[in-house]
Amino acid sequence: MLKKFIATAGWPRVIIGLFLFALFVAAPFVGVRISTSLSDTLVRFGMNGVMVLALIPMVQAGCGLNFGLPLGIIAGLLGATTSIELGVRGALGFAVAVGLSVPIAAVLGYGYGQLLNRVKGDEMMIATYVGFSSVAFMCMAWLLLPYKNPTMVWGYQGSGLRTTISVNEYWFHILSDFFSFKIGTFYFPTGMFLFFGFMSLLMWLFMKTKTGTAMTAVGSNPEFARASGVNVDRMRIVSVVLSTIFGAIGILVYQQSFGFIQLYMGPFYMALPAVAAILLGGASVNRATIFNVAVGTFLFQGILTMTPSVINSVLKTDMSEVIRIIVSNGMILYALTRKAQVKR
Amino acid sequence: MPEVPLLKLENVGKEYFGNRVLAKVDFSLNRGEILGLVGENGAGKSTLMNILFGMPVISGTGGYEGNIVLDGRVVRFNSPFDALEAGIGMVHQEFSLIPGFSAAENILLNREALNGSILELVFSERLNTLDRPAMRRRAARAIQTLGVDIGVDTIASEMPVGYKQFIEIAREIDRTRTRLLVLDEPTAVLTETEARILLDALRKLADGGISIIFISHRLQEVKSLCDKIVVLRDGNVIREESARSASIRDIAAWMVGRQVDDSRPPRTGKVSDEVALSVRNLWVDMPGETVRDATFDVHRGEIFGIGGLAGQGKLGIPNGIMGLSPSGGEVALFGKKIELDTPRKALDSGMAFVSEDRRGVGLLLSERIDWNIAFTGMQVQNRFLRGIPGLGNLVRIRDDAAIAEETERYIRALEIRCTGPGQRAVELSGGNQQKICLAKAFSMRPELLLICEPTRGIDVGARELVLNTLRRYNEEYGTTILITSSELEELRSVCDRVAIVGEGKIAGILPATSPAERFGLLMMGAVGDGDEAAQREAAGNA
Ligand SMILES: Nc1ncnc2c1ncn2[C@@H]1O[C@H](COP(=O)(O)OP(=O)(O)OP(=O)(O)O)[C@@H](O)[C@H]1O
Ligand SMILES: [Mg+2]
Repeated sequence: MLKKFIATAGWPRVIIGLFLFALFVAAPFVGVRISTSLSDTLVRFGMNGVMVLALIPMVQAGCGLNFGLPLGIIAGLLGATTSIELGVRGALGFAVAVGLSVPIAAVLGYGYGQLLNRVKGDEMMIATYVGFSSVAFMCMAWLLLPYKNPTMVWGYQGSGLRTTISVNEYWFHILSDFFSFKIGTFYFPTGMFLFFGFMSLLMWLFMKTKTGTAMTAVGSNPEFARASGVNVDRMRIVSVVLSTIFGAIGILVYQQSFGFIQLYMGPFYMALPAVAAILLGGASVNRATIFNVAVGTFLFQGILTMTPSVINSVLKTDMSEVIRIIVSNGMILYALTRKAQVKR
Repeated sequence: MPEVPLLKLENVGKEYFGNRVLAKVDFSLNRGEILGLVGENGAGKSTLMNILFGMPVISGTGGYEGNIVLDGRVVRFNSPFDALEAGIGMVHQEFSLIPGFSAAENILLNREALNGSILELVFSERLNTLDRPAMRRRAARAIQTLGVDIGVDTIASEMPVGYKQFIEIAREIDRTRTRLLVLDEPTAVLTETEARILLDALRKLADGGISIIFISHRLQEVKSLCDKIVVLRDGNVIREESARSASIRDIAAWMVGRQVDDSRPPRTGKVSDEVALSVRNLWVDMPGETVRDATFDVHRGEIFGIGGLAGQGKLGIPNGIMGLSPSGGEVALFGKKIELDTPRKALDSGMAFVSEDRRGVGLLLSERIDWNIAFTGMQVQNRFLRGIPGLGNLVRIRDDAAIAEETERYIRALEIRCTGPGQRAVELSGGNQQKICLAKAFSMRPELLLICEPTRGIDVGARELVLNTLRRYNEEYGTTILITSSELEELRSVCDRVAIVGEGKIAGILPATSPAERFGLLMMGAVGDGDEAAQREAAGNA
């Protein structure tokens, strides 16, 4: 029974799960409140979930892990800033941001997909470069784009976007607070979870359609897919476009919870944690499920929240940033070295 | 004192995830002896050899029971390297050549001849350069031992399958230490002529003192080559017999546990005069199987065979028609021109295809059996899809129940040995994988079925089942069938007419009832300088 559970879950998940559990048990003894830690974990789960979900289609289509996720994030940032520029507030503002990001992401994803089709076999490396260079390119663009809204542009220059833009007056917590509730210090961002559930459902349905099935087959054996009449290159492009769109929506979810839009180098740091989370959840470079996403994101974000606060309380100093960097990168390394087990 | 056998298996057993594959296998093998290992598809032959060779798939799934005794000492190999070290060579059921390497490089992989250099003294052998001329000489010698004529510089990916098989074997021969050679269905892709060359070479090796375990579903080969025959059924040794005293019929009966009936009911299908498939001046650029100029017609309801030696282009024809290899010329199905170079066009026009390359093209190895069978039908014919309740047909998703049901049907009809529709294709035995490929094509209900090597790796019982199923399919649904096979006898037994391909052209087309010698002549002509009479005959028949 226990053996079977370990076999299905896989050792890495069991170990990290136990570690996380131990942190939760230890927390009250060092003066960390469980209720706040738990809601922190859940909030972070909700913030990051959709971006991790974005990795599924490309993995399934055999394009590997989308290290080019920053491209999708940039699309999301363009949507968000433009929506603010237009001055739409509240739910409508968020909807406008989504509505603008999706087509931008589709166009960018299409080009990105074309590029990846030319470098079959080296997708992940090229994707990383696409991520890097798009961020660098946008660093210039953010300065030059003709935005005028004073909440966004540098005050003394009157032009060029700031590095962080507050969404406070626009759509702060627009999803998170939807039906959210509080029990003492425990806060549950219901809306964000509903939204993650909805996006997961969309992804699940898509992977079950004819196209989704073809995509999985392309990843599994492109020659087989071709002999079955599937246009392999097109399927790969569809997967990249989908991944980029989910990345764009993912960053919007993140921003509405976080309260800020981070431009310039912001997107740079987004791909790696998402990749680490999905690997930690048991995905491999050529197979990923929604279950992997959910489990992985929870474990990764859980550890990321709990370790710094527990250690801080023990050492009585504030080292949270250092610890966070060590822990997150440690876990990324750990996840990357786990050879994906073939599960039945 | 009796001689200690080279190899002795004692109570060897193996379970995959609770599914017993080998029970208690016991047998022994002397020096210079050739042992024929036969058994139905899924009887456990490859598994047994994987155990012997220390393949990682065995240790990765819980190891094995019992003992392997080599030269009187119990051995337990953890990796193929240990087995190689101990003098065991193995040619697997599936190829393992490096596509971009030449014949010589493949044969000598990891045992390259090296030029000594100063660097070697300072660092290690790894920094030495390759002694290419020496390598080519050694490779040429190994190839020569086999009695075939293959250039040492030919690139593996450009060889016909038959050649690849010889290269695999040459690789094992070149190892000086090899004492025991295991060959898992080495002849499955060879024509009779090529197989005979191989068998002769194996005999010579055995006379030189190397012991051989030979697995094959072609029982006449087993009988003529081997000294001893071991029959496996459901993971048990059913019989151990001297090859001389056993008849082929007996062996077949031991394998499947009943008499095998290889008589076929008389042909009842009607061949109409209407041309189903017309091929004009087809050329196909398929590596190792180039087609230069093929012209022939297949009639509606006909079973048409394509034979010929490896590398002459017989496989290129169906692959070209399906658009899987670059090709040109004119192909029409029922008078409608088919655009070449796009598999989708061929599929849409009502063709279905079974590839000779089971693992490369034929299967989604890491997916479920039912996906493998239903996938093409879903993509091309929009079958196995259903609407979402409440949304009507707005979005249609996979109908997993219908897929499983279709699969169950074929599992029964073709007697596919598996744990259920959800098992992954990679876990099936070679012959059962072949049946999956056939089921995929049948499930398409095609107008024209193109099948390459239909019985490759299939056991005697299943072979009759498959050939009869093809026949029945043809007769019940009037499906036109084009079979490409290296086994002439098989073609002659199911087809109406058989075309022989030589040097990328149709050397001749004969009714299947023509005497074997006439086919033989056509094939030989193909090797020689092109037989004028055969050419004329082809033109006359078409
Ligand atoms: N990796 C695996 N995981 C689970 N089951 C397996 C695996 N490999 C083989 N099997 C099962 O073991 C049984 C024996 O397979 P094996 O490949 O040894 O048959 P075989 O005698 O070589 O047949 P064939 O003549 O078709 O090649 C089959 O039922 C197969 O499904
Ligand atoms: Mg086998």
